[in-house]
Amino acid sequence: MSVLVFAESTSEGKFKKTSFEVTSYGKKIAEELATNLVVLSINASENEALYKYGAEKVLNVSNAELSSFNAKNYTSIIVQAAEKENAQVIIIDSNANGLYIAPMVAVNLKAGYASNVVEIPSSTAPFTVKRKAFSNKAFNNCSISTDVKIIGLAKNSYGLFENEVSGSIEDFSPVITENNLKSESIEQTTGKVTIADADIVVSGGRGLKGPENWGMIEELASILGAATACSKPVSDLGWRSHSEHVGQTGKPVAANLYIAIGISGAIQHLAGINSSKVKVVINTDPDAPFFKAADYGIVGDAFEVVPKLIEKLKEFKVNNA
Amino acid sequence: MKILVCISHVPDTTSKINFTDNDTKFDTNGVQFVINPYDEFALTRAMWFKEKQGATITVVNVGNASTEPTLRKALAIGADNAIRVNMEAIDGFSVAQELAEVVKSGEYNLVLAGKESIDYNGGMVPGMLASILDYNFVNACIGLEVEGDKATISREIDGGKEILSCNLPLVIAGQKGLVEEKDLKIPNMRGIMMARKKPLSVIEPVSSETTTSTKSFDKPAAKSACKIVEADNVEELINLLHNEAKVI
Repeated sequence: MSVLVFAESTSEGKFKKTSFEVTSYGKKIAEELATNLVVLSINASENEALYKYGAEKVLNVSNAELSSFNAKNYTSIIVQAAEKENAQVIIIDSNANGLYIAPMVAVNLKAGYASNVVEIPSSTAPFTVKRKAFSNKAFNNCSISTDVKIIGLAKNSYGLFENEVSGSIEDFSPVITENNLKSESIEQTTGKVTIADADIVVSGGRGLKGPENWGMIEELASILGAATACSKPVSDLGWRSHSEHVGQTGKPVAANLYIAIGISGAIQHLAGINSSKVKVVINTDPDAPFFKAADYGIVGDAFEVVPKLIEKLKEFKVNNA
Repeated sequence: MKILVCISHVPDTTSKINFTDNDTKFDTNGVQFVINPYDEFALTRAMWFKEKQGATITVVNVGNASTEPTLRKALAIGADNAIRVNMEAIDGFSVAQELAEVVKSGEYNLVLAGKESIDYNGGMVPGMLASILDYNFVNACIGLEVEGDKATISREIDGGKEILSCNLPLVIAGQKGLVEEKDLKIPNMRGIMMARKKPLSVIEPVSSETTTSTKSFDKPAAKSACKIVEADNVEELINLLHNEAKVI
């Protein structure tokens, strides 16, 4: 018996921050089930970094043929690792690649799967987890009835917990079968923080009046090391790219801090961002629905408030450097 | 090309979400149901293949009779025929299993679905379906072209996109980008009239094996009131974010 965590790394071999989160989470579940934690990594260069979060054993796959993500191969590797380790619970990050492969892993292992889980299981018999549903407007307490359980963990829902152990690394060489699903190219927005990875997101709405006014949004984001985002009308109008659209039918945001500027807060927008921990709204209209969802608000004109905020944040950053 | 489009019947995006029966059931009172928005992108892309490449489109839903108006809407948009598997959609796996039977008996080589439904957000049916059928699968699709039995697909990845190629048969889970919002079709009167005559067959489920079940629902905890900071005192906002919220 064991708990298996899949810790994803970038193409440079560095672990994603969420890999430490899934490891922390896996450690906690292994303790509750009184079993061992095994963490699976593929072409990762700093496997020792996982010990800090409780990884007693790291199964490391080193294979140059796996230099880029392939859903079929990754699915098959996780399945083989789960079988080898007799895994009872498998934890996969609910990020783009994790959401892609987890359902396939589930079918292969005849396992039940719950995605976007936000907490430690409320009970282990029956195995019940709380997950996001209704596009963040509610939670669903879901029981998994199969012997093997797969949990997709929502980003930033559990957090990182240090739990240093003296671990070991074991080389693992799963069978890789040729398949006709090929990656032709990857276009990565370079040099920018992505919405999925960002701790802070600065988002602009129609209140900014036009795409030419986004300079201050970008400047604010760059001071905070934040990603930029926008509301649905802004992407529909073509002011910003669709990849920045956050909300119910756009990207979900689960940041530590979400700053909404000139966004009124339609129910669909709020649904998409309400997993963020702290929400700030800047809007001229005190009756904008966003003020009911936000933690902090400024009633004021973005064109006056944001430049002042930029200036004061620069001073703050200098003083707190 | 025979395309199957999987349609979920979901509450409209503006719906207030409430529960009944001790928070174990979704309260449908006053709720308007629609085609799941992600599925609508998939259906609209299927219409492009119908118009440009002569594909035929079947739409399918796993659900009880109350979902039929949603299937009729898909027919009014332009699908050729519809199938309803007469079963409550209890969990993703059981739905995927029923869909797999539909795919096998209809010999569809391209299956389009949305990447998740906006009610349960399980995001698992398309991937499970592909796995059961041993078809290729691409999630979070933002572009799809098919020539003969070769498909070129773009998918959204964290911070960019990836272009993939593979052979049919294929299942994709789509989202915005597959088509744009402006490409979505509102059924016209002629489409609605024609949809009434198009075949909608009801078939019985083959299995009822489930792997998960919903025990209850919770609503997010009520949040405390928003702290208002004066517009000429942005230092106070920085102070609160730093010392109170500890996020900067």
